[in-house]
Amino acid sequence: MALKDITLGQYFPGDTIIHRMDPRAKLLLTVLYIVALFMAKGLLAYGVLFAVLALWVAVSRVSPKAILRGMKPILFILVFTGILNIFYTPGRELWHWGFLTVTVEGLWSAFFMVVRILMLIASTFLLTYTTSPIMLTDGLENLMGPLKKLHVPVHELAMMMSIALRFIPTLIEETDKIMSAQKARGADFETGNLLQKAKAMVPLLVPLFISAFRRADELAIAMECRCYHGGVGRTRLRQLKYQSFDFAALFLALALCVGIFFLSRPGL
Amino acid sequence: MAQSMIQTQDLRFSYTALNGLAPVVLDGVDLEIQEGTFVAVLGHNGSGKSTLAKHLNAVLLPTGGKVWVDGMDTVDEEKLLDIRRTVGMVFQNPDNQIVANVVEEDVAFAPENLGIPSEEIRNRVDEALAMVGMSEYATHAPHLLSGGQKQRVAIAGVIAMRPRCLVMDEPTAMLDPVGRAEVLSTIHKLNKEHGITVVLITHHMDEAAQADRLVVMSRGKVIADGLPREVFCQVEKLKSVGLSVPETVELCWQLNQEGLDLPLDALSDEECADALRALFD
Repeated sequence: MALKDITLGQYFPGDTIIHRMDPRAKLLLTVLYIVALFMAKGLLAYGVLFAVLALWVAVSRVSPKAILRGMKPILFILVFTGILNIFYTPGRELWHWGFLTVTVEGLWSAFFMVVRILMLIASTFLLTYTTSPIMLTDGLENLMGPLKKLHVPVHELAMMMSIALRFIPTLIEETDKIMSAQKARGADFETGNLLQKAKAMVPLLVPLFISAFRRADELAIAMECRCYHGGVGRTRLRQLKYQSFDFAALFLALALCVGIFFLSRPGL
Repeated sequence: MAQSMIQTQDLRFSYTALNGLAPVVLDGVDLEIQEGTFVAVLGHNGSGKSTLAKHLNAVLLPTGGKVWVDGMDTVDEEKLLDIRRTVGMVFQNPDNQIVANVVEEDVAFAPENLGIPSEEIRNRVDEALAMVGMSEYATHAPHLLSGGQKQRVAIAGVIAMRPRCLVMDEPTAMLDPVGRAEVLSTIHKLNKEHGITVVLITHHMDEAAQADRLVVMSRGKVIADGLPREVFCQVEKLKSVGLSVPETVELCWQLNQEGLDLPLDALSDEECADALRALFD
C-alpha cells in the first residue's frame, strides 16, 4: 500500500493570478460555480460551464492530468450514477431486455449527470490545488465569521482543520512505521479476504490511535505554552485583503450564474 | 538584591490518582535562578525533573509551596499569559510542538496568540528564524525537515514571544548526534549572545557539563547544586542515585580507587590528559 500517494488537500504552489487571489474570493467563486452547475440544463449551458472551467484550468496552469488523476477514487460513483440514470429514467424506449429498459432520456440524463459530477469535482480540485491549506482555512474562518454570533465555534473549527492538515503527513509516516514493525513480527496485511484484511488492521489502528491521543495531549500543552487562549484577540501574520481582481472575478461568476439560470429556463 | 528570574520555595507536587494513592513527584524543591544563567537540571527517569520544568511556566501548579516567575506567583491566573511569555517552553518531540504546515506560519503562532500587529509579527518571525539559523527554510513544510531542524523551528516558535527564559525539557532526546549538536549550539548561542536564561532538563552528562550551574535531582529533591565541576566531584553521591559521571571523571575516580590521587574535576579530555601527565612528571 503506497500511503504516500494520498492526495488529500493537495496544493501545487504557483504564482498565477489564481494562486494570488484571495482565498475567500476563490471559495465564493467555487460555490457560485457549483450553484451554476446545478441550475444548468441543456447542451448550451453545459458548454458554457465547460468553457469557463477550461479557461480556469488554463489560467491557473494546473495540469489537466493532475485533475484527472484525482478523479480515480470517484470512478466507481460515476459508473454507478451513470448506470442508474441510464436504466431508471422513464421516456422513449430505445432498447429492452427483461426488466432492463434503456431510454433516450436516460442516456441524456446519465451523460449530464456524469459530466456534472466531473465538473463539480474538477472545480473543487482547482480550489485546493491553487490555495495553500492555511489560506483555505483562514478564508473559511473569515467567511464563516458572522456565524460566531450564533455561537458557532468558527475559530475552533478552523484551528482543528489546520491542525488536521498539519498532522496528515506525520500520521502517515507513523502508520508506515507501525506497519513495518508489525510486518517484522509476522503481521500480514496483504492476503486474505476483505474481512481478514480488516481484522489485520486492528493491530495497526490501536497503536496509531494511542499515539495520536498522546500527540494531541503534548500538542495542547505546547500550544498553551505559546500563549494560545482561543480566537479572542488573535492577530494573523498574513492578513486577507480583497483586490480588484477578486471583485471582478466574483462579479463575472455572479453574471455566469444569472446567465446559466436564464439559459436553463424550461421555456427555452 | 536583583529579583531572580525564577524562584521556587518548598515546591511540592503530587499527582491526584483515582485509586487514592498520590505519588509525590516533587518533595520540597528550593531553587533560585538568576537572569542570564545557563542551568542544567540532571536526573534519571522519574526524578521529577520534567515535572519541575512544567511548574516553571504554570503548566502545572504546585500542590504545596510557591513558584515565582519574575516576581509573579504562578498560581495567579490573571498573570498566566505574562508568565508564559516570560518563560518559554520547548519539549522533547518537535513533531508535537509544531502547529502549522509552513515554518514561518508556525513561528508566527505565538505572536498571533499575543495579538501583536501583523507587521511586528513579520519582524519577530524573521528575527526568531535568524536566531536559530533557519531563515532559509521559512517557507518549507516542517514535516520535510530533519529532527534537529524541526527542533530549531520549535525553539524559534517560542523565541518569537521574546521570552527572557527558556525551559527545555530534554530537547535533544529524540535527535541523532548531528541534530543534537545543532540544537545545543543554538541553545548556547541564545544564552551567550542574547542573554536568555536557559534551564536545560537533560540526562546527558556532557550537556550538563557545559552549563554554568548544575542541579541534580533525585526522587523529587535537589541533591546537588553548584558548578558542574564541583557537582561531578561528588562521584559516590551521583552513583548512589543511579547517575553516571562524565567518562573523564569516571576514569580519574576509578584510578583514585586504586590508590592514585587525581583531581576529579577534569571535565574535558584535555584536562584529563593533563592530570594524567602531571602524575608521571
